[in-house]
Amino acid sequence: MPNVISTDICIVGAGPVGLFAVFEAGLLKLRCHVVDALPQPGGQLSEIYPKKPIYDIPGFPEILAGDLVTNLMKQIEPFHPTFTLGERVERFAKLDDGSFQLYTTDGTEIQCKAVAIAGGLGSFEPRKPAVENLEQFEGGKGVHYMVRDPEHFRDQKIVIAGGGDSALDWTNFLANVAADVTLVHRGTTFRGAADSAEKVKTLAEAGKIKLVLSSNVTHLHGNGKLAEVTITGNDGTAETMPLDHFIPLFGLTPKLGPIGEWGLELTDDAIVVDTLDYSTSLPGVFAIGDINTYPGKLKLILCGFHEAALMCQGAFKYIYPDKKYTLKYTTVNGVPTL
Amino acid sequence: MEEDIRIYVEEAPGQRREIIAPTDMGLSLMEVLKASGYDIMATCGGMALCATCHVEVLAGPALFEPNDDELDMLETLPVVHPGSRLSCQIRLTPQTDGLVVRLAPTGA
Repeated sequence: MPNVISTDICIVGAGPVGLFAVFEAGLLKLRCHVVDALPQPGGQLSEIYPKKPIYDIPGFPEILAGDLVTNLMKQIEPFHPTFTLGERVERFAKLDDGSFQLYTTDGTEIQCKAVAIAGGLGSFEPRKPAVENLEQFEGGKGVHYMVRDPEHFRDQKIVIAGGGDSALDWTNFLANVAADVTLVHRGTTFRGAADSAEKVKTLAEAGKIKLVLSSNVTHLHGNGKLAEVTITGNDGTAETMPLDHFIPLFGLTPKLGPIGEWGLELTDDAIVVDTLDYSTSLPGVFAIGDINTYPGKLKLILCGFHEAALMCQGAFKYIYPDKKYTLKYTTVNGVPTL
Repeated sequence: MEEDIRIYVEEAPGQRREIIAPTDMGLSLMEVLKASGYDIMATCGGMALCATCHVEVLAGPALFEPNDDELDMLETLPVVHPGSRLSCQIRLTPQTDGLVVRLAPTGA
């Protein structure tokens, strides 16, 4: 049973700018639904640097990123925003009546009158190593950038590449699941958690896994399905071995993701907007915060707040072209409500 | 008044472009490279989180050691070199005069 949500503005991205857009929309009596691929609101501020102090939020000489998110969530509470967290918006369609339908990775459908993209850096996606033929074996043909279900690898021959925590952790875990585990690392030491690195070494000494240091996976071979892998040492020696699955784990890197395929005008992976109301090249779709670009753009939270306020004026005009709107001050109207 | 310094970008083997950079604005190497027209994403804005400003230091004065954030990020990259650094973490000072770097290919 698909989950269907109906709202005025669908905000894509629950970072500080997306959250503040809920407030500005609320002042105009517009309801908002916020979607984010991360499981909690706050975007980078929550995910990457919640304990870092920020010094350039007006009125706050110093505030921790995590506290700013907590405050924003409290500030928008009177407007009862709804959230879909942990799901990424994959597709969107503009309907004949000018409204939109958005679909997430998990099948949630959002019907809205305007879209505000506040996607920040984009979504974090796996970093791909430079290996010949890598893409040829994606999509169930043997290359995996993350371990979704360890059981998928039961009694299989796997090669993991990488030297970070996830490479170490999955090597240790899959050693008891897969038939054969090889960990390939370009260096000789691991910076990951000391106990995970120690466990990998112990497993290798006991012959439970194969540890190949100072080496890289350089070639993949197979006819439609991955069959063999070539591992080349930093000294130039190469070895080819059979396998079922190759799992490169080289961390995550921010990518624009599916938003890049929505037909909006882009420059250098940023969405081009008109600073009048932060509208994109597609009427009814707006972009605010780090994801947009315009002459003089500064990637600052405070600029994103300003953009959110102006964007809501544009969204209001798009949704109600015949209604007149006059600016209301929160000091005049007291505690804001929808 | 601090002086301008010279840094060099190796654009092809044996071909180095000289860049004059100020040292009184607290700029990072990443910021100067971007301002000089190089195609560096620097998606994270300089927090050592994306590695899109990865450079290889080829020659020049000894730099201070990378901090843990930078080392952790470099560790996750598929390809690094002995001189690999994140240019956003290299603060330009009179001591960095004469630095020679090469940009890592995009995404590496």
